[in-house]
Amino acid sequence: MDRTAGGITRWSVVNLLVLLYALVPVVWIASLSFKDPSTFAEGTFFPTRWTWRNYRGIFDNADFVRGLGNSIGIGLVSTVVAIAIGTMAAYAVARLDFPGKPLVLGLSLLIAMFPQISLVTPLFEIERSLGLFDTWPGLILPYITFALPLTIYTLSTFFREIPWDLEKAAKMDGATPLQAFRLVIVPLATPGVVTTAILAFIVCWNDFLFSISLTSSSRARTAPATISFFTGSSQFENPTGSIAAAAIVITIPIVVFVLVFQRRIVAGLTSGAVKG
Amino acid sequence: MNEELSSTEAIPVVGREAAPASANRRSERRLGWMLCAPAAVVMVAVTGWPIVYSVLLSLQRFDLRFPARKAWIGMDNYATVLSSSFWWNAFAVTMLVTVVSVAVELVLGMVIALVMYRTIVGRGLVRAVVLIPYGIVTVAAAYGWKYAWTPGTGFLTRLLPAGSAPLTDHFPAIGIVILAEIWKTTPFMALLLMAGLALVPEDALKAASMDGATAWQRFIRITLPLMKPAILAALLFRTLDAFRIFDDIFVLTNGAQNTSSVSLIAYHNLIGGLNLGIGSTMSVLIFITVALIAFVFVKVLGTSAPDAGRR
Repeated sequence: MDRTAGGITRWSVVNLLVLLYALVPVVWIASLSFKDPSTFAEGTFFPTRWTWRNYRGIFDNADFVRGLGNSIGIGLVSTVVAIAIGTMAAYAVARLDFPGKPLVLGLSLLIAMFPQISLVTPLFEIERSLGLFDTWPGLILPYITFALPLTIYTLSTFFREIPWDLEKAAKMDGATPLQAFRLVIVPLATPGVVTTAILAFIVCWNDFLFSISLTSSSRARTAPATISFFTGSSQFENPTGSIAAAAIVITIPIVVFVLVFQRRIVAGLTSGAVKG
Repeated sequence: MNEELSSTEAIPVVGREAAPASANRRSERRLGWMLCAPAAVVMVAVTGWPIVYSVLLSLQRFDLRFPARKAWIGMDNYATVLSSSFWWNAFAVTMLVTVVSVAVELVLGMVIALVMYRTIVGRGLVRAVVLIPYGIVTVAAAYGWKYAWTPGTGFLTRLLPAGSAPLTDHFPAIGIVILAEIWKTTPFMALLLMAGLALVPEDALKAASMDGATAWQRFIRITLPLMKPAILAALLFRTLDAFRIFDDIFVLTNGAQNTSSVSLIAYHNLIGGLNLGIGSTMSVLIFITVALIAFVFVKVLGTSAPDAGRR
């Protein structure tokens, strides 16, 4: 490989272009969120007058705080349930031989590619008749469903790579089955489960369509949908700053996750998508 | 799915050799079903009945504003939707957005994949930062683009002739939707393609290089053919994903200037119009279209559905 000074310079320039591609739109939203509302019309990229006002404004807004709570709560519950039942299925898919395995994988694939809008219309009516409309479970159910395919695919890949023979070796060395599982298998499986949980949480956190269609109040409406209801008429003179600040608030947790777990997330996202 | 699957099924199962094969197989089968049951039940319960129900709804006149007029009307809803210019306009917009954004993403994603894979400086940094567009909430990013293109507020409108408001014209607005879509999803495409790049043996590239092949020839003759399965799988995923586009258009134009996608028009018929019959008809039509796209990819182009765990 070309490790000369010229090669390093060339690659640095190319890298810089990729970094600009990824960062400029994000920095733009951040800079909007720090702009004093009276300076929006200037149209500059960076703020000319910095302020925390937009952030104070959204945290004074009960609907947004509620939406943030809903997003976190619904996201966590959906992720935990999806991981719990997805782990069992992924273990079976990775380790056991049973008829019906292609069916489970096929079903997962079908749902991964399913147009969500085709579920929204019937779910709207079904949830209204079951009393699930505008409640946490009303969103948690579809979220689990759409997080499961990813969970099963990603986890079964991770599980295939675990050296399961170690479990047998531990038992031969005198460990009880529970000890072998707890001390050998759990530590080996944890990174994969954590990564998959993050990916599943991102799926739930990102949702907009279900949240805006299956809720009618701030009772269960998640943050992304709440933002779309910000208007200039109420407590905010102009929603631009509030929306930008809210966009940054809901983006930060995901960006932190993604940066911290970058290597594993790349492995998780690409698992199963490419055939060897 | 394919013949290679047998290699994964041949993984020896702990303890199989210890007990009589048939009893062991039966218990393994039972355990497999038991472990998969909760996931399968949830997936079928949340999607199965709603799909059937939406087909039933699509055959009825069912407008929540006029519940008394509810009646079975056969295929009338389909006739209404399929003869509506709004539907076909939304269909054309969705197709345009899908085809253009997926095509650009393939090229741009390949470039970014090659950079992430080959760069000799700051590889970790590039790979981490590229994930940011993937991680950002679509709605949040869409608002960023909206304000960037809003006259007065936006830094991008300042680059245009004075007085332009691109979001209020049909084609410029669609262009911005496509831009937002490309920016957000290219990193995902790049990651899938990078995994494909890892499958290309370095030896083959080196040998070709020694035989005098240029970098471009190596890419076209060796890398691309070997990556074909990865490329097709990435294209299939992204095409179906782009076809359901909703968030970006909702935020950027909310369907003004005839920029609705099929998902958005179905949403407006449901939430705005409260017309369950028409909304369900559109849902069914969208589902059928997605199935047709998947069918073309799998049967005509020979995309193999990814089987879990193969890299």
